[in-house]
Formats: sequence, C-alpha cells, structure tokens
Amino acid sequence: MPKWQGQFVKIDDYHWKIPQSYKKGMRVPGLIYASEEMLESIREEQTPEQVANVAFLPGIVNFSMAMPDIHWGYGFPIGGVAAMDVKDGVISPGGVGYDINCGVRLLRTNLNEAEVRLKINQLLSELFANVPSGLGSQGRIRVSQKEMRELMIEGAHWAVKHGFGSKEDLDATEEGGRMKSADPGRVSDKAVKRGMPQAGTLGSGNHFLEIQVVKEIFEPKIASIMGINEIGQVLVLIHTGSRGFGHQVCTDHLRVMEEAASKYGIKLPDRQLACAPIESNEGRDYLAAMACAANYAWCNRQCIVHWVRESFSKIFNKNLDGLGMEQVYDVAHNIAKLEEHKVDGQKSQVCVHRKGATRAFPPGHKEIPLRYKEIGQPVLIPGDMGRCSFIAVGTQKAMEESFGSTCHGAGRILSRHAARRILRGKDVAQDLERRGIIIKTGDISSLAEEASQAYKDVTKVIEICHQAGISKKVARATPLGVIKG
Amino acid sequence: MVKRAFEITDHTADVGIIAYGANIKQLFSNAALALFSLITEPENIEEKIKRHVEIISEDRDSLLVEWLNELIYLFDAEHILFKRFNIENLRGNQLRAICYGENLDPLRHKINMGVKAATYHMLEINRDSDGYEVQIIFDV
Repeated sequence: MPKWQGQFVKIDDYHWKIPQSYKKGMRVPGLIYASEEMLESIREEQTPEQVANVAFLPGIVNFSMAMPDIHWGYGFPIGGVAAMDVKDGVISPGGVGYDINCGVRLLRTNLNEAEVRLKINQLLSELFANVPSGLGSQGRIRVSQKEMRELMIEGAHWAVKHGFGSKEDLDATEEGGRMKSADPGRVSDKAVKRGMPQAGTLGSGNHFLEIQVVKEIFEPKIASIMGINEIGQVLVLIHTGSRGFGHQVCTDHLRVMEEAASKYGIKLPDRQLACAPIESNEGRDYLAAMACAANYAWCNRQCIVHWVRESFSKIFNKNLDGLGMEQVYDVAHNIAKLEEHKVDGQKSQVCVHRKGATRAFPPGHKEIPLRYKEIGQPVLIPGDMGRCSFIAVGTQKAMEESFGSTCHGAGRILSRHAARRILRGKDVAQDLERRGIIIKTGDISSLAEEASQAYKDVTKVIEICHQAGISKKVARATPLGVIKG
Repeated sequence: MVKRAFEITDHTADVGIIAYGANIKQLFSNAALALFSLITEPENIEEKIKRHVEIISEDRDSLLVEWLNELIYLFDAEHILFKRFNIENLRGNQLRAICYGENLDPLRHKINMGVKAATYHMLEINRDSDGYEVQIIFDV
C-alpha cells in the first residue's frame, strides 16, 4: 500500500490536523493524537485517508478523530472517534466494528507476585480448563432461544441472575453491563444461532485472559480507590467481545445500511462506511441490535469473571473474600453511544462512535459509579502480551476535546501474515518464558500474530494520551501468565 | 496466461485474498475456496455434505460479499467446512450454488484462522482479457 501523501498541520506536539480542505466532501477537519515520531508509521498505510473519509459522514461534529493507536481498518480506522448530531447525523456500523463491545475487564486481588508465580502453571491450566477459549470454542453455558432473548436484553445482569458474579460487578461496568435500548426483535435468526453456542467463551485472535503484576503506580491515591495498593500486587485482565454474534449483527445491518445510504442520498467515499440517519428506521434498528450484541459481550465477560474467580479459589484454596477479587472496571472499546456533549459551547445530543477507543469520562460525571466520582472513570488499556498494560482515568479535557474518549490499546504495526513470516509461535512462547511470562494456548502457531513485534509500544500510545490530557495514567502492570484463545 | 485460483495478501488489521476466474462463476467459486484455505487446509475436507445456497443481493459486489458471509455463517453456526462450489446460476444480483464439504472434525481439520466476516472494503471486481479478479478483505 502506498504511503499517505497528505499534509498534517501541527497544532501542538500531540495534536495534528488534517484540514477540511484536504479532500472535497469533508464536513469537518481530521484530528490525530500522535507524536511526530508516530506520525511516520501512521503515514505508512492509508490510515489518515480513512480519517478524512469519516469526515464525509453527515452530521459529524467538530472533528473526525483518531487516537494514537490508530491503524488501518475497513471504512473507519481502528482508533477512530466520531460524534454525529442526533438530529441530522448518521449511525454507521463500520464506526463500531464487527466485534461489537469488544472490551476489557479488570479484577484486583489480594495476592502478590511471589505467591502466584509459585503456582502459575497450575493456575493457568485451571483457567484454561475452566474458561472456554480458542477458535470456534463452545460455551459451558447452554442457552435456549428464549434464554438468548433474555440475555440480549439483560446483558451482564442475566449472568449475575444465573449465579455468575455479583451485583457489585455490575456497578463497576460501563452502562451497568446492560444497554436498555436493546431489542431482540431487531436481531436476525442467523445472529442468534451463531451466538447461542458461543455465549461465555473467550474466543481467539487478539482476545486473552492475562494475569498481571503491578509494576508502577503513578497516582497512588487514585489507584487505592480502585483497590490497587502496591507494587507486586496481582491483577487479572480479560479482553473479549461479542464473538460470532456481534459479527453477524454487523454483517446483517451493513447490508441494510448499504441500501439505506443510497435511499437517503448519502454519498460515501468507501462502501464500508455505509450508514443511515440516526433518526431513521434503519438507524434505530441497528442501534437496538447493536445494544443486544453489546449486552451479549457484557454477559460474556461476566461469565468469564466467575470462572476466573472459581479457578483462583481452587488453586489458592481461599474463598472469594480472602482473595479480594473485586472488579475494578469493565470498558467497551467498540461501540456507539448516545451521549450529551458540548458542541460549539451548547449542550447537544450526539452519537459517539468509538471504534477502538475507550470512553474516558471525567470526575463527577453522572454516568460513572459513585465510588469513582472523585477520580473519574477507570480506563483500561491492554498492551501486547510481552510488554505491559495501563490503568488510567478519564479527564475533563477528554470531555471537552475528544467526546470523552481516549485510546484503547497498542495498535498493530505488522499484519498477521507478516508476523507469521518473521516469527514462529514456539520461539515467541520460549522468549516470553525466559522473561517470566508463561503462555497457555490451544494454538501455538498463532502466537506469532500476537507477539510484541506486531504491535506499537503501548507505553508510547498511553503517554501521548496522557500528555494530550485526554486520560491520566494511574498504574502500569506487566503480564505473568497469559491464556490466548 | 493461466492465473492461480487465488492468492493471500497482507493487511495490517486483517487478512485479504485476491481471487481470479476465467468467468464470473469461477471467480465466486475461487473466492470461496480462498476463504476455506484461510480457515483450514481444504485438501483435508471430504465431500460428505451438500448444501444449497441461494442469495439475492443489491448488486454484484454485494452478492460476492454476501455469498462469502453465508459460508462464514455456515461454518461458525453449523461447523461445516466446504471445499467445492458448483455455482449453478449467477446472473445480475442473484446466485444459486451447491456447496460440498463436511462437518468440522477437530481430529482431522486444523483450524488456522477464525474468519469472522467478508468486508466491502476496497472491494472491486475487475475484468481484463484474462478474466476476472477481485480483492476481498476479511475480518478475522
């Protein structure tokens, strides 16, 4: 793919603009959060062109934005944020992505590195046996069509009702683990059939379950409110989404949107940006189906959390209170939300598309749980399995500038194929083991695709967001053991 | 010049294929074969199951995407792997095909990649004197 030849206009060290004049049809300028050094790799592919293409969408306000972990997607770039005015704007399934409510959930523990390291192999084997993972993995929970319907409406609440986890987990989940706009009537039979056997599974690809150790605490007071108290403390991070269910919902509605876009006379530079007015039947149908898939993903992570706790409890022979495995938070990073933001100084209802971006609401925001009111919403940023992950919080600046959004992870720099050509899965596993990171996977050859070399350094990504002020770093953790699907 | 049935291309976020065909039916059939070559090794698939697939779409590009998405669905929901595609009819925006394959047997079939959806991204069916060519990006 040729390098992008357009010009970035520097606003400051971390903000770069693509002027509206770059391409005829752009309704707003593009805004990329990056360092000068990172801009070069962003140019390598046509990613800035995708930022410019998103600016064509009707109703887009302020900027078509991209976070520093931006990389090439289809239609929207991954790492893209775009807010559309609810009255005259559009909703685009491509601005959410196929894996609807792909997201991350973090648990704290009372355990320390030394005691977990002693039993790491046993623990990983237990987790691997308890949490269904891998390609085409089938769940341990069997849901009927009727239950699937309930699950789509209730999300993580459905899981808690059936004994997976606690009410406290729901409080520490974005949207309380359930979008109320869900309507199973807007979901196809195909999606239901794909979703039923996969409920409560981790899946494959870049999804994982990671046991981590806190290595640095940047904001001790904020961290302690999250239950993160000391260096060496063990955490558990879960990264998964809505599996085949979300993909089918996206596929089904992209088809509808394709027709809708021409029906409503919306001209698009790329078919994958297919969209419909938010206030149209097609737009409302998608939002209602998307909410079902988002709820499915929250239910999924809720079930997995339960099996993680069971596994820890068995291996460490302690009850849940003793383990202190409370949920820190759960965030979605592929989603569209109707939210209130300021546009041109006025309060306005907008539909925020976050495709590979994390909500980062500031202290005091009404949507965040009481216990986090003072510190802001926890933001969970996973890195690759060889480096580290970050815990951050949302800021007022994010609210003013990026529609309450920040980055979501590292961002790929090598294609899966290129990674497989350069690296062997077995070597990757051995190299990690030498560095004290144990990997358990059903498919060792695919490890190459997820090696550190395939990703940007998450430390640089989070630093840009921190310096730009759209999230504040709280702590850094490194992996100790990883389950890859 | 005889072109290959398909090739696999590189993509940062995902995986792509370029399929070829002397005619449009062969193009659709080769694109499907390319899809199952990403998922597994098609030589290990036996022809035990026969499935009829019919699709009506908005135009020919969408027809190709929906055809591949139908096969992805059949694999993900019903665990059927296909290796041969007899495109009986392909006119305008309609397709009718018989697909041959078998149920996934984890002992015999190694799944290399979980392909989740065929996308419209950069999709363009091209025709030259040798026949047809198309690039398809899959979400994996």
